[in-house]
Amino acid sequence: MTTLPQSTDKKLGLVIDLDTCVGCHACVISCKGWNTENYGAPLSDQDPYGADPSGTFLNRVHSYEVQPEQGAAQLIHFPKSCLHCEDAPCVTVCPTGASYKRVEDGIVLVNESDCIGCGLCAWACPYGAREMDQEEKVMKKCTLCVDRIYNENLPKVDRVPSCVRTCPAGARHFGDLGDPDSDVSQLVLERGGVDLMPEQGTKPVNKYLPPRPKDALPEFDVLAPFLEPVIAEPKGFLGWLDKALEKI
Amino acid sequence: MHPAPSVIFFSVFSGLGFGLLAWLGLGIPAVTGFSAFAFFTIAYLLAVGGLISSTFHLGHPERALKAFTQWRSSWLSREAWCAVAALVLMGIYGLGLVFFDSRWTLVGLLGALFSLGTVFTTSMIYAQLKTVPRWHMPLTPLNFLSLSLAGGALLAGQVQSAVVLILIAACLQIATWLIGDKRLAQSGTTMASATQLGDVGTVRAFEPPHTGTNYLLREFVHVIGRKHASKLRIIALILMGILPIVLLLLPFNHIIAVIAVLAHVAGVLTARWLFFAQAEHVVGLYYGKR
Repeated sequence: MTTLPQSTDKKLGLVIDLDTCVGCHACVISCKGWNTENYGAPLSDQDPYGADPSGTFLNRVHSYEVQPEQGAAQLIHFPKSCLHCEDAPCVTVCPTGASYKRVEDGIVLVNESDCIGCGLCAWACPYGAREMDQEEKVMKKCTLCVDRIYNENLPKVDRVPSCVRTCPAGARHFGDLGDPDSDVSQLVLERGGVDLMPEQGTKPVNKYLPPRPKDALPEFDVLAPFLEPVIAEPKGFLGWLDKALEKI
Repeated sequence: MHPAPSVIFFSVFSGLGFGLLAWLGLGIPAVTGFSAFAFFTIAYLLAVGGLISSTFHLGHPERALKAFTQWRSSWLSREAWCAVAALVLMGIYGLGLVFFDSRWTLVGLLGALFSLGTVFTTSMIYAQLKTVPRWHMPLTPLNFLSLSLAGGALLAGQVQSAVVLILIAACLQIATWLIGDKRLAQSGTTMASATQLGDVGTVRAFEPPHTGTNYLLREFVHVIGRKHASKLRIIALILMGILPIVLLLLPFNHIIAVIAVLAHVAGVLTARWLFFAQAEHVVGLYYGKR
């Protein structure tokens, strides 16, 4: 049924720390690997070794340059995958019922055998979280590694989404954002986690932790302003050259 | 948005076909027998041809029947129901007119209602999308419905109604363009809201996720055709509005009427191409594009 549940028992999701992410794209690769080899249709590539390669990815890392009013520009790496929205617009537009949001944990999934590949859900998603696989002609999206997190054949440490397990910087956190006492909820509270495009009204479950403010460079010495300034003018041969060139 | 030919042809031709069916359902013109057969054939070719063309953009058209299940939430599913209801009702109504020389008025009225319902549900597929601010406004269904009714009147040979309706449709088309141009800015969605990095400073897309292109950029960030948008708008307006009105005001002649129809269709196709090519999806902002 593509009507959304009134509420879900849990709100499983990710918390992504933009302060910590180093932009290594390891989460992109591990996501592609896990989701190609496991649940659902593989994530295909087109012309992977040719002149115009492209492929299906459930997680992509953007990099942004942010220029503050004062000081140096900052480079911020920005991983983006499905945010498992509470008011997921991709679910309600689906004509076949292939897209659904699970009542038990809030994960948004696609039943690939019901998907007609109309692409409307990708149109409805403001985040670009859904991509039509060009080989299988069905819609692919992040499953929050539903085949890992409940998988008792895996060691406990591996029962988290592949991207979280892989991240070498610890920039990705997984948990129940519906439980105010969970580690992820506490992290969001502590660091002021935010929703992407809140004006779209999607109520995303995944949260982003903004980069911490940069330190200001400290004054080296309280007496520094009273020191004799270093002469900026060149002396000797360079000084002569400078003057000679000025005169020409 | 990528202007997929299958969707452009579908929405234009099925819009015309269902527009004509709506007029026929209202009993205008009051045809029976062979001339009714001719009118219904044209209407069905357009409506069904458009619907078939729409299945070409599906990844799995063999599962299309599943699209009837989610009418509670999905405009696409509602469109499927409206189209089938309209085609069945108008088929029964047409059968009466063509073979039994009898007019089953109630069936015709219901058929007309579902025909316009199909055009309305088609337009709501686009108008519901908050992600495409240019489409997310009441003018989108008005634009689709007015064009369908005007085109239907033209095909139904209703000269006076067609002149008035084409004029209304052209005015609504201009309003759709002018108001649509401001919608993205009004939506409040910007690179700053998309990344939530506006508090740090001015955001610029530094590096995309991949060196190549991807499905999202191909589907949602279509910038090639926008270069000539203002010229194409004028061409569309002349073809869909001014030329047919002038031709219809001339003394009636079948050749002139055919030229008026062809000009109108060409104009609506141009306008519908622009409807997609000019639509900015907010996901483009993540790529620093629109």
